Amino acid sequence: MSKILVIAEHLGGKLNPSTARAVSAAAAAKPEAIDVLVLADNADAIAAEAAKIEGVSRVLTVTRAENAHALAAVLAPQVAKAAAGYSHVFAPSTTFGKDLAPRVAALLGVAQVSDVMAVEGSHTFKRPIYAGNAIVTVEADPAQTVVATIRTASWPAAAIGANGTPVEALNLDVALPSYTRFVELKQGKSDRPDLQGASKVVSGGRGVGSKENFEIIYKFADRIGAAVGASRAAVDAGYVPNEMQVGQTGKIIAPELYMAIGISGAIQHLTGIKDAGTIVAINKDAEAPIFEIADLGLVGDLFKIVPELEAALAG
Amino acid sequence: MKILVGYKRVVDYNVRIQVKPDGTGVVTEGVKLSANPFDDIALEEALRLREKGVAEEVVIVGIGPADLTAHLRNGLAMGANRAIHVTTAEAVQPLTAARVFLKLVEKEQPGLVILGKQAIDDDANQTGQMLAALWDRPQATFASKVEIADGKATVTREVDAGLETIEADLPAVITTDLRLNEPRFIKLPDIMKAKSKPIDVIELGSLGVEGGDHLKTTHYAAPPKRSKGVMVKDAAELVATLKQKGLL
Ligand SMILES: Cc1cc2nc3c(=O)[nH]c(=O)nc-3n(C[C@H](O)[C@H](O)[C@H](O)COP(=O)(O)OP(=O)(O)OC[C@H]3O[C@@H](n4cnc5c(N)ncnc54)[C@H](O)[C@@H]3O)c2cc1C
Ligand SMILES: Cc1cc2nc3c(=O)[nH]c(=O)nc-3n(C[C@H](O)[C@H](O)[C@H](O)COP(=O)(O)OP(=O)(O)OC[C@H]3O[C@@H](n4cnc5c(N)ncnc54)[C@H](O)[C@@H]3O)c2cc1C
Repeated sequence: MSKILVIAEHLGGKLNPSTARAVSAAAAAKPEAIDVLVLADNADAIAAEAAKIEGVSRVLTVTRAENAHALAAVLAPQVAKAAAGYSHVFAPSTTFGKDLAPRVAALLGVAQVSDVMAVEGSHTFKRPIYAGNAIVTVEADPAQTVVATIRTASWPAAAIGANGTPVEALNLDVALPSYTRFVELKQGKSDRPDLQGASKVVSGGRGVGSKENFEIIYKFADRIGAAVGASRAAVDAGYVPNEMQVGQTGKIIAPELYMAIGISGAIQHLTGIKDAGTIVAINKDAEAPIFEIADLGLVGDLFKIVPELEAALAG
Repeated sequence: MKILVGYKRVVDYNVRIQVKPDGTGVVTEGVKLSANPFDDIALEEALRLREKGVAEEVVIVGIGPADLTAHLRNGLAMGANRAIHVTTAEAVQPLTAARVFLKLVEKEQPGLVILGKQAIDDDANQTGQMLAALWDRPQATFASKVEIADGKATVTREVDAGLETIEADLPAVITTDLRLNEPRFIKLPDIMKAKSKPIDVIELGSLGVEGGDHLKTTHYAAPPKRSKGVMVKDAAELVATLKQKGLL
């Protein structure tokens, strides 16, 4: 039988929702136990949040000053040690998990399955390659620990509401390297919903034309309570910060509603929105590839249409 | 300082990938192959560090079949001093690639290894992190800015929350994100010059690396297709339709 260790992602003392998504993927492998590992300098509040995730057997905490920031070189030896006795180690396929999991896999001398989108059996998974243009079925060696990252857009978050899940402190006796040091994190401050978990997302592309013009996108998004995303071209041009990029090399998201405004629909962008419920495209070019995959398309100038949308909402 | 750069050949990012009808792979016959875009960025960064006097030598590494030579020549034309071609008929998985890089690191003793954050064929995003672990050195993944001074790399990383800066003692492994730089174009005279630059050919089998290809790919499928939807005539109709669907 399998036992799965899920690595909790957290920032600023809060559990990231990607953790509950990784728990869903773990549950799909039908293991005998799912334990969540919290590595932090102050783990109590995070562990308490993790203990509420349905399906979790135990929450394990490792409290060390060195764990104040998520440095892969510091966390990986602890995860590798804690992995003893587990058949699987899962982490969310976020920049946190992508940075950490391969380092764990290499320390264990095992392969990693990246971006698991479906669990077909305890050692059989589906994952995307070529920017999602092909889906492969891969089999991991049952004789080895399976290290995998979980494509969060493919999995709903496990329900919150569990009671009485035990929280246990682990004492791992591992020496940690000091050759990597945290300097700072520049975070875009925003009161808008988080891009990765939002049910509605409005994205702007190069067609928006400037940082100033992007206000029109923000304003509309706020009007409908949506998170704001962008194409790479919009990020590269400096209209918006990097954390708003959607696509192969940005965020992979699965909102119920995705509105692409002034975005042409390059395959690298579409990779990020394949799992969206309803895709709306607004573009002045009727031939834009985005219309090939959009559920609802509207041809026209975004500077005219977006205000009209707001007016129609008011009416 | 010497910089080792991963220079992988992949199917060009503009190619529309087709899965073979029998599910045994994707069609790679006759499609355009190019350098992994992230590796062009890795090479560009290494060249800039050499031009700044931070590094003296830039060595590109390709792991792949015999016909990789032309691809490596492109990297030499871009400006690398020399190339190492590790030959293998089979595509290697990231753990094997990382073990190969570790052997080359032991031999070459670079101060810095720069790889792409992911190769756009398999999108694994693993090799750099695995190499750093095996080598027991720092890793700075998803780099959008790199500064080298006093035996340290200060690297800004594109993370989900924003931009993170970390400091890593050298030697270290850096993996590149798209906004690190814009790779230069290759000029014709450089292609001629590249012809005389050395390419060391090493057979993978001769390196004595333990095989790390533990994953078996049993099936390839095309992704579920999103079908073309409907066009609406104006903003009012769009809002009405979205309201009807309960989305607004
Ligand atoms: C390795 C690699 C990885 C990449 N990763 C990503 C990624 O993660 N995410 C990503 O998005 N891209 C990515 N790209 C880039 C991608 O190929 C495209 O270049 C990018 O998505 C284009 O952005 P865009 O649609 O905003 O710009 P464009 O392609 O320039 O499209 C702009 C669109 O706006 C329309 N428009 C202009 N003015 C108006 C107006 N007034 N009203 C209405 N419409 C208007 C135009 O008709 C056009 O269709 C990647 C590329 C590579 C090579
Ligand atoms: C036709 C085809 C069939 C395939 N079949 C299989 C299969 O059956 N099973 C399977 O698991 N995989 C298969 N692959 C995928 C292939 O083995 C992957 O390239 C491999 O898993 C490495 O993943 P990656 O390059 O995405 O690694 P990443 O970790 O994403 O690579 C990151 C970086 O590491 C460096 N790097 C990695 N590899 C090399 C290299 N060879 N040379 C130089 N630098 C390198 C580069 O700097 C690169 O940017 C196939 C690929 C193709 C094209």
